[in-house]
Amino acid sequence: MLKVHDIDVYYGDMQALRNVTLDVKKGEITTVIGSNGSGKSTLLRAISGILRPKTGSIQFNDKEITRTPSSGIVEGGISHVPEGRQLFPTMTVLENLEMGAQFSHMQKSAKKTMQEVFTFFPRLKERLSQKAGTLSGGEQQMVAMGRGLMSRPRLMMLDEPSLGLSPLLVSTIFEIIKQINESGTSILLIEQNVFQSLKISNHGYVLENGTIAHQGSSDQLLGNPHIRKTYLGL
Amino acid sequence: MNRTYILLGLILAVLLVLPLMLSKYMLGIFIMMYYYAYLGQSWNVLTGYTGHISLGHALYVGIGAYTSVFLAQRYGLSPWIGMFAGGVLASLIGLFLGFLGFRFGLRGVYFVILTIAFAEITRLIVSHIDALGSFTGIFLDFNPSFKNFQFKGNIPYYYISLGFMVMSLIVVRILETSKAGRFMVAIREDEEAAKALGVNTFKYNMFAIAVSAFMTSLGGCFYANYIFYLHPNTMFGMSLNIELILRPIVGGLGTLFGPVVGSFILTPLSEVSRAYFAKGGMEGLHLVIYGIITILVVLFMPKGIIVYLKKWLKPILSKE
Repeated sequence: MLKVHDIDVYYGDMQALRNVTLDVKKGEITTVIGSNGSGKSTLLRAISGILRPKTGSIQFNDKEITRTPSSGIVEGGISHVPEGRQLFPTMTVLENLEMGAQFSHMQKSAKKTMQEVFTFFPRLKERLSQKAGTLSGGEQQMVAMGRGLMSRPRLMMLDEPSLGLSPLLVSTIFEIIKQINESGTSILLIEQNVFQSLKISNHGYVLENGTIAHQGSSDQLLGNPHIRKTYLGL
Repeated sequence: MNRTYILLGLILAVLLVLPLMLSKYMLGIFIMMYYYAYLGQSWNVLTGYTGHISLGHALYVGIGAYTSVFLAQRYGLSPWIGMFAGGVLASLIGLFLGFLGFRFGLRGVYFVILTIAFAEITRLIVSHIDALGSFTGIFLDFNPSFKNFQFKGNIPYYYISLGFMVMSLIVVRILETSKAGRFMVAIREDEEAAKALGVNTFKYNMFAIAVSAFMTSLGGCFYANYIFYLHPNTMFGMSLNIELILRPIVGGLGTLFGPVVGSFILTPLSEVSRAYFAKGGMEGLHLVIYGIITILVVLFMPKGIIVYLKKWLKPILSKE
């Protein structure tokens, strides 16, 4: 469904991604793991059109999207839940969710979509008129994911949804990611929480210093001695 | 909500009958209050709502003033029409500035420098164009008539400036509740997140700067025909750039009534203290007082006076 082919991405003169190739298959959860600064967020920002790769191509459902502006990418069915939540703090939860439905076909079904969002995150229903900035970290993550669902994406990209959450909440969030996937949305998950993310995903990639160091099915990766040593400390 | 409208209606009614009992001097102070509230509101559209700090809004005041006066003196065009020509020109220049700033992702201090540079460059250019009075400025001839936007006495100016202020409130209120306004706030709070959700941030940034520049320049036309004298240093200068932004900051940035509240507090203070200290040979001391007040507000009321005002008014406004 999503094919990233051999992309190089730069910040000014600094190369952040080198020859990155990656596939997300329809209906699956694909995880990209890696430590801080390995280029994980850069990869998502390149796919969602916030950054432009210098070389290489990105295709979504066999359509070239390498040069598509970010609004076109959202319209085409990819939603990006950015790292650190990035909510609009003075807007209410409802307004934040509404911001997720940018295009007219999304707005038409916005009410229905919101009900679906509430089935994943019943807590949000109670918090609708509260300012997003006043929510707890876990609730903010729920708003961010809910906002990402409002565009009815075919592929949802999540950038470190477990960041800064308590272990119990992390499990809840991963459980919900699984449910979202089971309801038909393909998922590209970026994580540092290697064990939990590989456990819910089908395929995994390991990003090290801007290049793909390992890839394979999640079970293979969990059994890989290098990964066990470097990322799980086993 | 209903009570809010009643209160606003009462205030407006008082302001409408006020000229009957005010001296010419007091009228002048009120006119400046409305004028600076209007300019502050115009600036607020860009900086308050999208968060891009402009420290060069005098540019648009100057363009509005010079364009309308030039068209009136050279071609006899009524300032009522020339004002909109100035508005369009100001918008175009604002769009050019915005294109440079937003297309190339200038943020924070770099955007600020760009806005200052545009204002200063324009000031220097105008200072050297003879057709625009160069560095001696332009004196307007006094030909009072409605068509000429010139009047005897202060009362017509009072109502025009009040009208400007009320119009700006209505425009910003409409903007606040519109889709565009919502996107502008999203840009202010997190531009990248807005982009990631598919908001065309470039488009709404450009929209904001065009509206803001247009509104600001209408104020410039009013001011020119009120004081009858244009000078590059006062119309495009740094001191106006700063005067213009103090009131919305003190009142409450990015709020509907912040610029008005800020102006109703700072403008009388400025005018009275200016007159008072000028007699004592201490011209400029009013600016010191100004500075102190701004520092105090920023320190103790970082969200502006409006937040506290709303708290005080809440018991009155929230009852059935």
